[in-house]
Amino acid sequence: MINNKSISTLHNDPESLKNLKIRSTTQNVWFSIMWLAGLVTLIILLLVIGYVIIQGGKALSWEFLTTPPRGGLSGEGGISTTLGTTVYLVALTLLIATPLGVGAAIYLIEYAGELGLTSPVMRVLISIANFAVETLAGIPSIIYGLFGYALFVSTLQFGWSLLSAALAGACLVLPTIIRTTEEALLTVPDDYRRGSLALGATKWQTLYKVVLPAAIPGIITGIILSVGRIISETAVFFVTLGGSHRLPSSIMDGGRTLALHLYYLAMDTNAFDKAMGTGAVLVILIILINLSINLISGKLTARIRGGK
Amino acid sequence: MKEKSGRMIADQTVKYILFISAILSIIIVLAIAYFIFRESIQAWKEIGFTNIILKSVWRPGQDQYGILAMIVGSIAVTIGAIVLGVPLALGTAIFLGEIAPKGVQALLRPAVQLLAGIPSVVYGLFGMVVLVPIIRRINVPGNSGYGLLAASIVLAVMILPTITSIAEDAIRAVPDSYRSGSLALGATKWQTITKVVLPAGRSGIIAGIILGVGRALGETMAMIMVIGNSVKFPKPLTANPLTFYLSKARTLTGNIAVEISYATGIHESALFATGVVLFALIIIVNASARWFIKRQSSIPTTRQ
Repeated sequence: MINNKSISTLHNDPESLKNLKIRSTTQNVWFSIMWLAGLVTLIILLLVIGYVIIQGGKALSWEFLTTPPRGGLSGEGGISTTLGTTVYLVALTLLIATPLGVGAAIYLIEYAGELGLTSPVMRVLISIANFAVETLAGIPSIIYGLFGYALFVSTLQFGWSLLSAALAGACLVLPTIIRTTEEALLTVPDDYRRGSLALGATKWQTLYKVVLPAAIPGIITGIILSVGRIISETAVFFVTLGGSHRLPSSIMDGGRTLALHLYYLAMDTNAFDKAMGTGAVLVILIILINLSINLISGKLTARIRGGK
Repeated sequence: MKEKSGRMIADQTVKYILFISAILSIIIVLAIAYFIFRESIQAWKEIGFTNIILKSVWRPGQDQYGILAMIVGSIAVTIGAIVLGVPLALGTAIFLGEIAPKGVQALLRPAVQLLAGIPSVVYGLFGMVVLVPIIRRINVPGNSGYGLLAASIVLAVMILPTITSIAEDAIRAVPDSYRSGSLALGATKWQTITKVVLPAGRSGIIAGIILGVGRALGETMAMIMVIGNSVKFPKPLTANPLTFYLSKARTLTGNIAVEISYATGIHESALFATGVVLFALIIIVNASARWFIKRQSSIPTTRQ
């Protein structure tokens, strides 16, 4: 009763009513501003993507995709060889980075825990390894480029080549693959491991036959993310891949990826239409990559929810 | 029995192979630091630390390798990007985390993700073709459109997704009991956001901003494309100090990328010294971000 009374006095008290009104007006104003922020972000995205696809779309044609660039300062020709180089580089980089990244993640998640109890040295090493992965993830790509240039291009004499670029690129995407694989492994329930071990399987058999298959969608997400990263990366390859407009015929040959080609077109020639066309191809590729990641992770969450 | 011991050997072998891949990250970090530093030693020795860091004349032809102008360029463009990008990023994060209806979230979150995935050369090209001609219309003598303002705007968009997603995570990590408690005390939703949710998620939000700074300092190609790449010390074009941002400049990253392919000898070494300075800056920035993230996760957010 007392409560009811106090509430009714509150409602009739003009001071309180005024206060409530001010507070709700303030809220409305700020909420509108937040809506506006969200809207502006969306508009920026649509503006950039829309402009590049519409303007670049004018240069797009089957011919543009299938003829090689003329090279030099002419800015003429298509993008066929740069598409090819991009595919080669993505494949080679992932060939190097995937086993190493997935292996590192398996060790850090599945083995590191059991070691911690027995050996303090190992425990320190593992925490340094985790710290190193964090550090790698924060290093700017031009530093990877410098490193690749100093080690692979100069010291090891691989020159400006697919091999140098792929090795530097592998260092760049390694933290992405490690982190996503770790997350995927963490979502595999411990019951799976115990069940397999209880049946007499060794640890590796358990990992290989039970845990890894269950973690595959997450691992694939990491790989696709890395594909996107390599396609969009420019700074690393700018200083390790050379920039020849021809298709490399071996891993010791240089070349230029789509993103590099865009850069050269925009900076060294006046072929902004072709640069925009190349940009449109890049943006479309990135949209496809994002769609497939969302598709996989959507399925993944659906499966986890379904499992519960 | 024999088959079993085979399995055990395989088990052990795999363990060692995996261990090597696990410590590979350590080796790579050390190798990066070693090689970049090793290549820069000649410059530190022959030019001198203060002549590199504190002199602003960069003339490779005359063996002058001061990078102060690039340090100022990098910092100025980062400040510009933070001023333009952070309010929008935080607004978007609060909107996504606290206000937006589910359907809008489902649209906006992939959009932010996509913004993060767009290649930096595409942003650079957009800057060259769209932003620079607009900025060129600002009627100030010597204004070419290329410069710190164009670079700051491009960079603001590029760091937006980084800050938004980390800040949103921090906001979401604040337990619902905090919100219920505040609402039950009669606070409005907005009061709850500003007085309870944001303070509780503060460390994570700050970490997001700092990681944005790291991203900004490290961006290379888009900067080369719109900043003008002048090695001169950036200064206001007229008496109005705001025209500082219309000045052309060069970033540390741009300095490396533009010249490394043809540099030799001491010039090349000076570019590696530029890399060392950049590396040191990034390590400091990221370490402070990590400190804030640790602080965030030490807040008891999981207690029911």
